[in-house]
Amino acid sequence: MDATVRFRLFKDYLFKLMVVLFACIMLVPLLLILFYIVKNGIAVINWEFLTSLPKPMGELGGGIANAIVGTTMLIIVASVIAVPVGIAAGIYLSENRVGRLPGAVRLCMEILQGVPSIVIGIIAYIWIVISMGTFSALSGGAALAIMMLPVIVRATEETLKLIPENLREASLALGVPYSRTVLKVIMPAGITGILTGILLGVARIAGETAPLLFTAFGSPFMNLNIFKPVDSLPLLVFNYATSPYPEWHAMAWGASFVLVVFVLGINFFAKVIAKKWKVRF
Amino acid sequence: MESPVLKIDSFCAFFSENQVLQNVNMEVRHNKVTALMGPSGCGKTTLLRCVNRMHELVPDATVSGSMHLHDDDLYKMNPIMVRKKIGMVFQRPNPFPTMSIYDNVIAGYKLNGIRISRTERDRIVEESLRGSALWDEVKDRLHKKGTFLSGGQQQRLCIARALAMKPDILLMDEPTSALDPKATAHIEKLITELKDSVTILLVTHNIAQAGRVSDYTAFLYLGDLVEFGTTDKLFTVPDDKRTEEYLSGKFG
Repeated sequence: MDATVRFRLFKDYLFKLMVVLFACIMLVPLLLILFYIVKNGIAVINWEFLTSLPKPMGELGGGIANAIVGTTMLIIVASVIAVPVGIAAGIYLSENRVGRLPGAVRLCMEILQGVPSIVIGIIAYIWIVISMGTFSALSGGAALAIMMLPVIVRATEETLKLIPENLREASLALGVPYSRTVLKVIMPAGITGILTGILLGVARIAGETAPLLFTAFGSPFMNLNIFKPVDSLPLLVFNYATSPYPEWHAMAWGASFVLVVFVLGINFFAKVIAKKWKVRF
Repeated sequence: MESPVLKIDSFCAFFSENQVLQNVNMEVRHNKVTALMGPSGCGKTTLLRCVNRMHELVPDATVSGSMHLHDDDLYKMNPIMVRKKIGMVFQRPNPFPTMSIYDNVIAGYKLNGIRISRTERDRIVEESLRGSALWDEVKDRLHKKGTFLSGGQQQRLCIARALAMKPDILLMDEPTSALDPKATAHIEKLITELKDSVTILLVTHNIAQAGRVSDYTAFLYLGDLVEFGTTDKLFTVPDDKRTEEYLSGKFG
């Protein structure tokens, strides 16, 4: 074979190798994170860790039940606020692609996505914590809802945009009013995308710490009242990991493990839903 | 002669400044197939969509003139009411992907929130599917998704969905253009069978199809209704030179 051809083939091979190599580098951070968290966290995971409250300093044992319940509450509060608003805004944007208001809404969503989470925490603090006079799950949930909103709006809009126009026409041509067409024909056809968006939104907020620092605040007690402070997994990790006690560090690793498993689980679940309920057009 | 089902009088349509239909006058007769034919861009689909006011989905679409369904002025009614009375079948089959075959047929009632008894529902579904010659093929799998059917079957499902509403007119917008020749033949046969019970207004750019299935034909060219008459006459002794040229393949 000609030497130049061989050289070019070699360069080609080298290029492919580089691409694969860099793709593999992508995997390293996540694998490292998982490795450390599993290594340090799995040892403390047991039934007691998941179901009991933290013990006072100096006593052995104790768990993170307060943070698990708190995170669950925060996610529920955030979802109750963000899901209806986000889906409605997503529907609006997909139905009105051009114009001033859609443009403004879309721009706001993009900017909101870039606002640092600590700033969103401050806003929730000023609006809700100060006016209600107490840290609360409600204020934390509201801050997280603001973080979740752009994800849901974007997912809804993008999903509904992909639904073929002729489906809408089929419904309208039967004399079905616009509202029912959107709610009963367009939405069901895009439900997997919307659900996936909600789940990814939940995964995004589950690990947020900054907006909770002065809203949900944290609490070592079991609390089911949304008007009182609650703990959350990332807050607990933050507080325990910055403490000087090795036992608390171990608990922080354990809580990190629970959190990561939860987020991975949600991502996995979202993928399964997207695959299983896929609507064939 | 009995009065026409649909009467179109000096009808013009515009998309913003652009006039796409000029002074169209024609009638659609009871239980006959009326074909609208013409080359691409002649306004035949626009005319069809103006009948059930689907053209209003396009912003800036305006019309002048009038259309009467029996004695009702279509442009003085609410479009929702118009579309309940006038069924439509589209170019590409578009069954609702989230619904079963059964639910697709009954969708006009379900989506509009019209309550009917179960036996009535079953009867309408069977009647409509028989009407669209699909019953024998799907009667054992009514609760499977409609999108698993073949293209031709899907189109007949869409026809059944329109028939279920018992429309005064069935509009068909090139219903066979996305189908293979065998499915096309099937749909054409169905159209000729349907006209015992339904009035059909059919858009086609296939001259032969207009000749095969229609009783009346309208020839549109560049937004003008060039000629309108019985298919026999229009295909054998057309009045207008343009019709003759189009039929003989000089343009189109």
